[in-house]
Amino acid sequence: MRLADLTQHAGEWLRGEGPMYDVVISSRVRLARNLAGMPFLGKCTETQQQEIEQRLRTEVLAGPAAPEMFYVDVRAAGELDRRLLVERHLISRQHAEASHPRGVAVSGDETVALMINEEDHLRMQVLRTGFQLAQAFEDISRIDDALEQRLDFAFHSRYGYLTACPTNVGTGLRVSVMLHLPALKMTGQIEKLFHAASDMHLEVRGLYGEGTEATGDFFQISNQTTLGKSEQQIVSEFVDTMVPSFVQYERRAREALLAERPAAIDDKVARSVALLRSARLMSSDETMYLLSLVRLGANLRRVEGMDLKTINELFLLTQPAHLQRILNREMTPDQRAAARADYLRRRLNLN
Amino acid sequence: MKNQCDKCGKPATVYLTEIVGGQKIEKHLCEHCAAAEGITIKSNVPISQLLEDFILQSAGGEDEASEPTCEVCGMTFSQFRQGGRLGCPNDYDAFAKPLAPLLERAHEGATHHMGKVPHRADSGQKKQAAILRLRAQLKAAIADEDYERAAVLRDQIKEFESS
Ligand SMILES: [Zn+2]
Ligand SMILES: [Zn+2]
Repeated sequence: MRLADLTQHAGEWLRGEGPMYDVVISSRVRLARNLAGMPFLGKCTETQQQEIEQRLRTEVLAGPAAPEMFYVDVRAAGELDRRLLVERHLISRQHAEASHPRGVAVSGDETVALMINEEDHLRMQVLRTGFQLAQAFEDISRIDDALEQRLDFAFHSRYGYLTACPTNVGTGLRVSVMLHLPALKMTGQIEKLFHAASDMHLEVRGLYGEGTEATGDFFQISNQTTLGKSEQQIVSEFVDTMVPSFVQYERRAREALLAERPAAIDDKVARSVALLRSARLMSSDETMYLLSLVRLGANLRRVEGMDLKTINELFLLTQPAHLQRILNREMTPDQRAAARADYLRRRLNLN
Repeated sequence: MKNQCDKCGKPATVYLTEIVGGQKIEKHLCEHCAAAEGITIKSNVPISQLLEDFILQSAGGEDEASEPTCEVCGMTFSQFRQGGRLGCPNDYDAFAKPLAPLLERAHEGATHHMGKVPHRADSGQKKQAAILRLRAQLKAAIADEDYERAAVLRDQIKEFESS
């Protein structure tokens, strides 16, 4: 498995299936760890950073999951490859844009990504399609347990796992779900959800498109605090109460829209399909906005011939780095807008 | 990059893009005006905000000379306040006092870890701190071009790590 093989399809997390997939796009857990006896990254010399990278790279690739893992030396990778990894949610923007020695180990199905020398020495991530937080947490715990057999992580009797930023200390666990909430947004109820989330000490962020602005109807909800609760507590609050209630709000809003204003929904969906199938210039933000509505239409069975897998895949494959990789040439934003529109027409006019 | 609120000119914290009739509309709003528009995005209190609040609280009367410093990595508390990232694991002890209220605020009042404990936790903080100290000495030895001492220190670190 090499980076170049990734471009043509989407990772497991965009398969568009799994529990509550109509609202929950994906589930993600992340653990932050640092090697004991080493300064945090900011105070490391370059030699120490190299030492950390080599040490962790060796251990990570020696683990039980190793045969199906591949490693990307992010410092040596070209800009397009780094952006590709960001678009696939395998590394962070920060990791892509840094300049020190660093890398990422990725499993073949892309559910596991282990970032070395991000803000902490090791940032482990498991990302799965639909609402599979419990499964994702099991996966990541297994990886962490295996690594702990061979590595000492910085740990403090009072503060738990130590991290470079004090907001991650304790469990180092960040749990999040990516939600698709078009009906709540359309009916002006998204504010209520934000209030509910903030009462529950959750963080809500828009999904970022090409710019740095939140785009469209996708929202990522994560836990804000990492200290004072056990991992199981953090996960089960999400699994048992928070996510199911958000899913229910959205489903109710969809049902109400459909009952009260079916023509309004059908019109939005049909216009989106028509634009995607015939436009000649398409920005990535507009693409995301339109695909969101088509996804809603497909979930409500108001549109023919659009399967969720294709729609999800298009969210990814129309992003700048992917588009340039698929078409195998570098393009300016204007050229991309034309190429993106072409690509969408080709993919969506097949059936 | 524009970073003022479209409505009132205060610093904008909420950035939104909406596409209406194929026209892209960008909105930059402060939290207050975003709430009035019904589009608040409640975000994690960023570390920079926590630190800013903290500085306001402790402003005045603090003696720079007596400011806490980590003897292992050399990080001072004001460096941490500026950058928002700690220098090494020992900082959690070196800055224990000023860090405690900050951690409490960042974690909804929590003061202690309640989660997983590594299997090898018995290898202990003392050992971790000792290795950290040896590494600091190693760095200094290399800076002084005292390679003999550096070699000895390297061996000591290896020994500690494999014990
Ligand atoms: Zn304002
Ligand atoms: Zn330190």
